[in-house]
Amino acid sequence: MNSYLNKTRPPVYCPGCSHEKITKGLDKAMANLNLPADKTVIVTDIGCSGLFDTFFNVHALHGVHGRALTYASGLKLADPELNVIVTMGDGGLGIGGAHVLASCRRNLDLTLIILNNFNFGMTGGQYSSTTPTDAIAGSGFLNHAEIPLDICSVARSAGATYVARCSSLDAGLAEKIAGAIEHKGFSIIETLGMCTGRYTKKNKLTPITLDQMIMDLPEACGVIKKNKRPEYGERYRALAKERTTFPKAPVFEKKMTLEDYQRQEVVILGSAGMRIVTAGDIVCYAGLYAGMNVSMKNDYNITVLRGQSVSEILISPEKIGYAGIKSPSVILALSDEGVLRRKKIFATLSPDAFILKEKSVTIPETCANVLEIDFRKLKIKKQDWALASLGVMAKKGKTINKKMLDHALKSRFNEKVYLLAMEIIEKISKV
Amino acid sequence: MALSFMEGNEALARGAIAAGCNFFAGYPITPATTIFNSMLKMLPPKGGICVQGEDEIASMGYCIGASMAGKKTLTATSGPGISLYSEQVSFAIGSEIPLVIADVQRLGPSTGSATRGADSDIQFLRWGSTSGVPVIVLAPKDALDCYILTVHAFNYAEEFRCPVFIASNKEIGMTKESFDLDSATLPPIVERKMFSKDIYLPFEAEQDAAPPFLPIGGKTLVRQTSSTHGPDGYITIDPEVIAKNQARLRKKIHNARKRITLFEENTKEGTDTLVISYGVTSRAVEDAANTLAGKGKPVSTLTLKTLWPVPRDLLLEKTRQFKQIIVIEMNLGQYVNEIRRVLCDKKVNFYGQMNGALISPEKIMEVIENE
Repeated sequence: MNSYLNKTRPPVYCPGCSHEKITKGLDKAMANLNLPADKTVIVTDIGCSGLFDTFFNVHALHGVHGRALTYASGLKLADPELNVIVTMGDGGLGIGGAHVLASCRRNLDLTLIILNNFNFGMTGGQYSSTTPTDAIAGSGFLNHAEIPLDICSVARSAGATYVARCSSLDAGLAEKIAGAIEHKGFSIIETLGMCTGRYTKKNKLTPITLDQMIMDLPEACGVIKKNKRPEYGERYRALAKERTTFPKAPVFEKKMTLEDYQRQEVVILGSAGMRIVTAGDIVCYAGLYAGMNVSMKNDYNITVLRGQSVSEILISPEKIGYAGIKSPSVILALSDEGVLRRKKIFATLSPDAFILKEKSVTIPETCANVLEIDFRKLKIKKQDWALASLGVMAKKGKTINKKMLDHALKSRFNEKVYLLAMEIIEKISKV
Repeated sequence: MALSFMEGNEALARGAIAAGCNFFAGYPITPATTIFNSMLKMLPPKGGICVQGEDEIASMGYCIGASMAGKKTLTATSGPGISLYSEQVSFAIGSEIPLVIADVQRLGPSTGSATRGADSDIQFLRWGSTSGVPVIVLAPKDALDCYILTVHAFNYAEEFRCPVFIASNKEIGMTKESFDLDSATLPPIVERKMFSKDIYLPFEAEQDAAPPFLPIGGKTLVRQTSSTHGPDGYITIDPEVIAKNQARLRKKIHNARKRITLFEENTKEGTDTLVISYGVTSRAVEDAANTLAGKGKPVSTLTLKTLWPVPRDLLLEKTRQFKQIIVIEMNLGQYVNEIRRVLCDKKVNFYGQMNGALISPEKIMEVIENE
């Protein structure tokens, strides 16, 4: 029979270690399935199970403790033809628990062989996430205060489509490993084994007690029917294939020339839900259609429809360097919480700065021109105050003019929304 | 000339696409999330793969796996994510796995301020791994730089087979600005050097170069390992083999130092002061220098775009004629230590600010005029 074992690097385990059985079982399983070596990779992490990648003549990736499944996922996503087999001890299982859960949920076609030997063999037999409570381990009394993890039950509830558990001394081990590899989707096979170098020195563990442990644990023998679903890679590729349009970068052609246009700083002070960012975009577009350089910074809370929303815009015939606001030429004061957020800037205003203030909003004392508008009285909805304010700016020739605004609105909105926006702009222009 | 208008983060994603990036894995974090959002829109139509990992460590692991299968990978995060990437970045450094990592920096330490900018991670990016092996760190100053430097980052990652960081900043990544995307000059694309001889030893290389590459999943069997390895990719304890490999990991980057030094300079006749800066701060420095020139007190400026490896020769050459050097940084003094180390016989003055706000041109003028 064909074997993948690397003759120049035979297994180097402690005498009696059951990892050797699993090495042979895995080799036999791969041979039974006739896996092509160049389309097979063994991914391992740290610990005794981390030696596996050196024993086989297939591709190999050995990485950081607990993270084997992350490399395996990247490999499988990048090359769906690969047979990806991951070996991990109970140490890696404990460290990389999040990756085990994610793999169960995702169902990418990987095979995870967990080599559970109930302790950290390499560092002196300390307790792991699977050490029995009453075991004598290298961490003193600490494991007596914890319970071991049943990864098969966890995997089942995390959505794994294939979960099996057996003794590493099981006569049918190779067939069981082959079953896991053959499964299309994420498969876990937990093997219970003996760490003769550490664990069995102080804990009685025999082939019979291993079998008894498996009998006492919930049954895990392969396909989990209730979790059956398409393999992730295939599902991902089908969904991604539907995304066919590459989002090209919008380009703004200069549509007009402005004479003597000076650098403008516009600050829109409002609240979430008032479409402040949209209004900021429109001011920028207006500047772009006049061939100006623009920049915009937004400040809003992570919550939606709550808290301040502030947009700071620069429009300049020169290239913009420092993108902070120094002394605004226009402020739209549309909510108290927005004003509070930037109350210090009112002191920086020059007498020819223009402030549009909604009637209900309070602003600090200022030497700038203030125009108060009662949007409520005009029956303009709060979510349209910022847009209506742009109409006022355009009418008064503050920063933008009507032509700039018209180009910007046409570019920002579809025709229906554009017409609605123009209704508001015209309504306010008549006041 | 027609202008585009976008965030630095979108420009960075567009740079990645221009460089041939075909794999992205990341985890959402302000202020880097919009890189992920952009890649999710841009990669599928190009046949590329974009996934969200279960956490940052996983995202970096996916990139490592995909890169070893031959993909050109990008990930994006901010300081807290760089902390989590650290163990995987060490792996990629030591095992020569090409990766591009965008760090849209925010104000630290720790979770710090999600929406406040700072150049928090400048030393962390260089030293945030075990071993001290050099990495490459590029610093954009605006959206256009995010676009262009990302292409350079991919080129360096492929050539040197190492992680390359783009040290962006919230103030660039999340600021939308206009720039001429179509007329940007991009460097020619560099692809990974593939092995084409007979017997493949995955880490056999020229003494100052990265080894030629073959992907996991190709006809020839490939070994990759995070352990200390010899040319064959198996663990080694031979001091000579270890020393040779450690030296090569340093040399491959340090010997190419001059070639990977990117910068901008604005030297004005008859000036005795040079202001050195990088990132978003250099824009305020330029503004300050222009205003001072108007006042008849000109200064010269140097904007560094390659921070690591430290552009030693450039610093020595460009500072030679100046009596006074001033370094301005959006932190309380990180990179200034490198500049002082290189210019050991020169007085280097420093101003740093770490309060979540941009350093203003007025503040910089005050610093310059008070020196």
